[in-house]
Amino acid sequence: MSMLKMKSSTLRFLAQTMLLLFWSAMAGWASEPKGSSPHGTNIFAPASTPAKSIADLSVFVLVITGIIFVVVFALLVYSVVKFRGRAMDAGREPVQVYGSTQIELAWTIIPILIVVVLFLATARVIHAIQDAPEPAGAVDVAVIGHQYWWEFRYPELGIATANELHIPVSDPSHPTPTFLQLLSADTDHSFWVPELAGKTDLIPNHPNRMWVDPQRTGVFLGQCAQYCGVQHAKMLIRVSVDGPEDFAAWVRTQQKPALEDPGVAAGRRVFESNACMNCHTVAGTPADGRFGPDLTHLMSRATIAAGAAQNTRQNLRLWVQNPSAIKPGSLMPAMKLSDADLDAVVSYMETLR
Amino acid sequence: MSSDAITIPALEVQEKPWVDLLHEWVTTVDHKRLGILYIVYALVFLMLGGVEALIIRIQLVHSHNDFVSPEVFNRMFTMHGTTMIFFVAMPILFGFANYLVPLMIGARDMAFPRLNAFSFWLSALGGFLLYFSFLGGSGLYGAGSAPDVGWWSYAPLTAHAFSPGHSSDYWTLALLVSGFGSIGTAINILATILCLRCPGMKLNRMPLLVWLNLVMAGMVLIAITPLSAAQIMLLIDRYLGGHFFDAQAGGSAVLWMHFFWIFGHPEVYVLIIPCFAFMSEIIPVFSRKPIFGYPVMVAATVCIAFVSMSVWAHHMFTIGMNSYANSFFTLTTMAVGVPTGIKIFNWIGTMWGGRIQFKTPMLFSIGFLFQFLIAGLTGIMMAASPFDWQLSLSYFVVAHFHYVIVGGILFALFAAFYYWYPKMTGRMLSERLGKWHFWLFLIGFHLTFDVMHILGLLGMPRRIYTYEPGRGWDTLNFVITIGAFIQALAILVFAANLVISYFKGARAGNDPWDAWTLEWSVSSPPPAYNFATVPTVASRRPLWDLKHPEDPDSRYE
Repeated sequence: MSMLKMKSSTLRFLAQTMLLLFWSAMAGWASEPKGSSPHGTNIFAPASTPAKSIADLSVFVLVITGIIFVVVFALLVYSVVKFRGRAMDAGREPVQVYGSTQIELAWTIIPILIVVVLFLATARVIHAIQDAPEPAGAVDVAVIGHQYWWEFRYPELGIATANELHIPVSDPSHPTPTFLQLLSADTDHSFWVPELAGKTDLIPNHPNRMWVDPQRTGVFLGQCAQYCGVQHAKMLIRVSVDGPEDFAAWVRTQQKPALEDPGVAAGRRVFESNACMNCHTVAGTPADGRFGPDLTHLMSRATIAAGAAQNTRQNLRLWVQNPSAIKPGSLMPAMKLSDADLDAVVSYMETLR
Repeated sequence: MSSDAITIPALEVQEKPWVDLLHEWVTTVDHKRLGILYIVYALVFLMLGGVEALIIRIQLVHSHNDFVSPEVFNRMFTMHGTTMIFFVAMPILFGFANYLVPLMIGARDMAFPRLNAFSFWLSALGGFLLYFSFLGGSGLYGAGSAPDVGWWSYAPLTAHAFSPGHSSDYWTLALLVSGFGSIGTAINILATILCLRCPGMKLNRMPLLVWLNLVMAGMVLIAITPLSAAQIMLLIDRYLGGHFFDAQAGGSAVLWMHFFWIFGHPEVYVLIIPCFAFMSEIIPVFSRKPIFGYPVMVAATVCIAFVSMSVWAHHMFTIGMNSYANSFFTLTTMAVGVPTGIKIFNWIGTMWGGRIQFKTPMLFSIGFLFQFLIAGLTGIMMAASPFDWQLSLSYFVVAHFHYVIVGGILFALFAAFYYWYPKMTGRMLSERLGKWHFWLFLIGFHLTFDVMHILGLLGMPRRIYTYEPGRGWDTLNFVITIGAFIQALAILVFAANLVISYFKGARAGNDPWDAWTLEWSVSSPPPAYNFATVPTVASRRPLWDLKHPEDPDSRYE
């Protein structure tokens, strides 16, 4: 019996060593972002309660399965090495053993107990995440998946934006979580920002809900995780977690209608006399399409085309002229404008701050 | 043995013109020839699916690669998945079942030989339809396009609004047609096992391979039917104005998911149970001991079959089911680990105290045990639904199911090839090439699929044709692609072994492995009628009894 105990403690030590190696390997890849560069997408670097409880549960499950692995692997290696056929045995058969009820019972009951433990630990986390009530002071956002871009609407704040979600940081002593209502305008999508929460699908005719309460500021990356069509790969998400003042300032900017600049009237005319306005909204102008992203505050975003390109004049020009150059399969049509019109409309867009 | 009893065409080339031979093979109703047809057919598709996998891997070798367009990439992963599941794994396993089940129970053929041929040709037509879509897919423009909606073809991507051409129709019809073929084969296997056992072959004396194929066939009946129903509903949606899955018109995208996965999860066990069957024959012979805990192995299999019918929604943990549903499917999925664990323990118990011979079939079997253990444990991780909210739809899940399908099923199949090839052809496969095949494939496999787990933990979703630089995914993807090419090299070694050994391999004789089941009592290859006189058995290991009259198994039953 004491032999057995010793063995199991050795095994546990082995398991822990393995886990340690695994963690250090993961940490190597997950090296902390430097300066203002965005956070990565490592599920073991959680910055929000749902992601944190998932990561904790994951470590628990990894330890249990790690121990099982070490035990069974050791048995396998032992039997392969110990019971290998040797030349001197040639022609002789080993003792023919048909089975053992006691042993069968042992390796039935122990796994059942392990399953019970794992299940109870899991059920607790499921309940804690899924059934969390929405506190007062939570921010509500409707997330609408479109083929290859994200629409974000803040019904209480009267804001519509796209692809770059802004949410407030949540102080654990005074939580301001964000609750996302997940909808789809076309096919299935999945909202996945690994360091904030697990993924939840956006399915047409089947509203879903998830929540995050990030405890660090910064930009968190993610992307659509459910195959949604040709350009599934470039349906990226940026979540900007802002401090309270920054968030309030952002909200004030977004609530304003589009800036009117007489200097770009020509560009605005191009925008409103072409198909642009059928699909895009610019608040305060006749453009009120909803098939594509809201452009009222386009220049407040760091990227265009759902994160596929940086928001620069050059990229905007390329995007309007030939979206396939950035994102083949995108539903934005190539506008085939003359060079003059193209420059004018890009100048107009550059005033939408 | 008379020459017309030899079933291999090459040996008869001098005697018959090739047209006659072709005619014989096309019109055959012999279970052994149909088995070989299934296997050869699946190997052709294995090559096609493998090439598609390599195209995927070349495209992903570094970020922002443009080896293929996103459209082509999407076709490649759709065709790769569909091909490997429906036109490689299923037919190859049916092939082995067809070949081995009658021989192992002392029968002269399957219960319904003509249904058997019909089922094979239906499956063959399904595969042809799927690949014809490369030419005829989009119809109007003449450019051709294969299905590109993923191998689950989630609604509403398959609706006319999103998939206007005919490529989704080819996918639907291919699965519908081959599904009918699978149902036919399943009925045949059930009837054969229940009705055609030789005298003395009681249910509790059947070789485990036969038991497990019985369970598999029962599961096929239950699993394929909802899939076929869903395909018909999808066709009604697409052509008769139905709205089963059309979310824009009030249909339900989630309904399709349920239909697909209530097929899709049992399907995993339809594929893995015959592989458990190979293991349960091969490990005892090369350990020189009977299987440890035969009744428990049967009970565990039946238990897996039942429990696996109630786990399907673990593929849907991210779709927003309520916490009770998520908890239920967490519990059932974890529970399936118990009988599966019992099986692994029993195989180790079989090796324990034996005299293990490391011939190529045994090497692949040990590889199977090791990889299937890991696949099971990553399965437990994903059964914990919150963990799955991170892992699902990521490269972790890709790694997990390739561990099951390649590390488990394909390794078991390779073991089966090396073990039964001598019976099917009369020639041994080369051990030297076999070891090259094993080690190359093992190295390639682990380079590819071990690394994929890490990519998933680092947040890389599956089914993306490219990714942004600076995410820390580049190096890992590069390693994976190297591994994929090493696997491809190993497959070429295997193919070379199959061909070279067919002409130059050592003569096998009836019983090259000193084994115990009935197929080794007849010549290699067996005559068309299998058994000149129908055998009578008195135990689970009739050939052991024959070889050890002083200590037969029958004494202990």
